[in-house]
Amino acid sequence: MTAMQIVFILTAVVTLFAALRVVTTPNMIHAALWLIVALFGVAVFYLLLSASFLAMAQIIVYIGAIAILMMFVIMLTRREMRDRGPQTGPQWKWAAILSALLFGGLVWMVKSVSLPASPVAEVPESSIADLGRALVSPNGFVIPFEVASVLLLAALIGAVYVAWTRRNS
Amino acid sequence: MIPLDWYLIVAAALFAIGLFGVLSRKNAVAILMGVELMLNAVNINLLAFWRYRAPTEPVGMAFAVIVFAVAAAEVAVGLALFIAVYRRFNSVVADDINLMKW
Repeated sequence: MTAMQIVFILTAVVTLFAALRVVTTPNMIHAALWLIVALFGVAVFYLLLSASFLAMAQIIVYIGAIAILMMFVIMLTRREMRDRGPQTGPQWKWAAILSALLFGGLVWMVKSVSLPASPVAEVPESSIADLGRALVSPNGFVIPFEVASVLLLAALIGAVYVAWTRRNS
Repeated sequence: MIPLDWYLIVAAALFAIGLFGVLSRKNAVAILMGVELMLNAVNINLLAFWRYRAPTEPVGMAFAVIVFAVAAAEVAVGLALFIAVYRRFNSVVADDINLMKW
């Protein structure tokens, strides 16, 4: 067992435990903090996959923006949703069975095909520069990139409009 | 080197946990957290296949970047909706928000 495998197993244990706490803990603020741990673990997976740019983007976008935004919303809406009492509905058993079935099916599917044990090639040194060029080149992904930009702008304006306080209504 | 199926199994577990959160939680913000876990599981899969199958081309990374953008937009709109719903119903429990339930 190599050092990278040990790092992988440790990261997997931490990430999955944090994810389990996210969906089971009754305290919503704790759930948001565990979500940060899980997202950080996913960033470590990106580093293990030598996608350093996406690991940084994961930390900036997910932890820096999304998780903090969630924490704000939890604190803003906390008065009604107190931490006492069960936070899961009566359907949680069916949800657990369905999730376990999905996991079992996915593992069976992964095990039934032959997958490479090591990458076909090394990641080139210029992979981040290549990604930047591909995102703006007409032969690459300029259309999805621009559509994503417009989507973000629309989401921004829509979010401001939806959450706007109307004093006179 | 780490075999590819390790990544796929961890991503499958993360996806299943996220699905459980979406289906079982009562608080709407917690449901959104489950969706985030599922999106992250998908991103691990995308990058794992990119690393092991086509590491010389930026296709997989570009796909993951687009998923990031869509996830950010989804969270912004979803949380704004919860704020608006909370103002109107004074609750973010998914069971209470049944105005459009048939």
